[in-house]
Amino acid sequence: MGEAIAFYTLSAFIIGFGVLVVSTKNTVHSVLFLVLNFLFVAALYVMLGAQFLAVIQILVYAGGIVVLYLFVVMLVNLKRPPESHHDPHRRTRLGLGLAAAVLVELVAIVAYGFAQPAAAPVAAAQSALPVSGNTEQVGWLLYTSYLIPFEIASMLLLVAMIGAIVLAKREL
Amino acid sequence: MINSFLVPLLKIVIVLNATLVGVTYMVLLERKVIAWAQSRLGPMRVGPYGVLQPIADAVKLMIKEDITPVRADKWVFTAAPIISMVPALIVYAVIPFGPEVSLFGRKVTLYITDINVGLLYIVSVTSVGVYGIILAGWASNSKYPLLASLRASAQLISYEVAVTLTLVSVILVSGSLSMVGIVNAQYNSRLWFAFIQPVAFLIFFIGGLAETNRAPFDLPEAEQELTGGFHTEYSGMRFALFFLAEYANMIVVSSVATTLFLGGWLRPFPNIAFLHFLDIIPSWAWFLLKSFLFLYIFIWVRATLPRYRYDQLMRLGWKVLIPLAIVNLLVTGIVKVLLLV
Repeated sequence: MGEAIAFYTLSAFIIGFGVLVVSTKNTVHSVLFLVLNFLFVAALYVMLGAQFLAVIQILVYAGGIVVLYLFVVMLVNLKRPPESHHDPHRRTRLGLGLAAAVLVELVAIVAYGFAQPAAAPVAAAQSALPVSGNTEQVGWLLYTSYLIPFEIASMLLLVAMIGAIVLAKREL
Repeated sequence: MINSFLVPLLKIVIVLNATLVGVTYMVLLERKVIAWAQSRLGPMRVGPYGVLQPIADAVKLMIKEDITPVRADKWVFTAAPIISMVPALIVYAVIPFGPEVSLFGRKVTLYITDINVGLLYIVSVTSVGVYGIILAGWASNSKYPLLASLRASAQLISYEVAVTLTLVSVILVSGSLSMVGIVNAQYNSRLWFAFIQPVAFLIFFIGGLAETNRAPFDLPEAEQELTGGFHTEYSGMRFALFFLAEYANMIVVSSVATTLFLGGWLRPFPNIAFLHFLDIIPSWAWFLLKSFLFLYIFIWVRATLPRYRYDQLMRLGWKVLIPLAIVNLLVTGIVKVLLLV
């Protein structure tokens, strides 16, 4: 009962802040609502017993990436009106298309979730691990079952970093 | 009931109040020590040797007029000091002041809670504190605070990398992310981690100075260039909150350094039997003593060293401390693997 109340309260806040992120006029305010949104998502992770993920969510997203967003938003002058395009409904159509795609995706995930309840596989995966503790389990899985995706993701970050340096530097 | 609600509540109240009183008296200590370093007396008028000066300061700041600039973003301007103060206070939830002791016939742990991701919790909560500074500069709608807050956040983000890398090497040695677990690991290894990880200790200390905006890295408050820094437009209690947050962060850095590198609540050489007479001093007193040592060095450094130039600061952070921290982490990992084989 208590868990359900906490879950729905947190979810309401997450959705509310999510709506505010896209509806606020002032860009800095919408970045701040994004931070609040991330913090409540972290609280949701704590409820699921994933403390490591919750802390990493705050450290990486709320404390790291969004600070850089804020930098960009503060330094770029956003007060001038957006440039006019010959087709005024271009954005509306693009937005509707993207929203429809996300909706289909969400429906697919929910349908899949009903077809295959996640609790059983998670419990099976946990009991099969040789280590206990949240952080240890995440580390173990990353370096055994998911080693290749993990390494590919780190290579991707490295490539992005080198690309940024190449773009930003005038002469190498 | 008592154990699950009343005792934690009481601990939170005690820790919060002790922190706030400690912070106000840190300000007095700083003024006194810097005065002595410059052959002055420091505050002497309020109370004997000026010991009531912090109370007079607090009263003055509270009854001062609180001004919000007309062109400022009101909500963000109000929220910024709170955002920088709250993370500095909630970090104390996981700092262990001592082990389990019996008080009034009841087993009580001298920490509010011990979570298995304690160290990561500290890093993530303090990383949120940056927002207070950035938003204060932006919301003031004034050029010097904006410049100062950009400087401050660039500085904090750069030094956070080096500090976090040193924490990783400490975690490698201790094998635990819990603050209590790290202290126990130092008990088991018979040595404080300051001796096992001297490089990490040094980088952590320098990074701690930079992350709390203290001299010689106090560029966000460089008066000659920025007329006071990111809090130029603030007055009264809101200014006081920024001020308190800085000192609360200093205490946080000192407590974390004590826990990670100086054995937390452990007495010196905790495993040597003939030094048992040192146990007369209780564990929490050892903790406070070691933290005080750090705080004193913070002030001492400020009284001694001139301020860095901004490019020097960035060069030190990115070209010296971060590579050093990475090398230290690699060496720690290699040595650990070799010892295990």
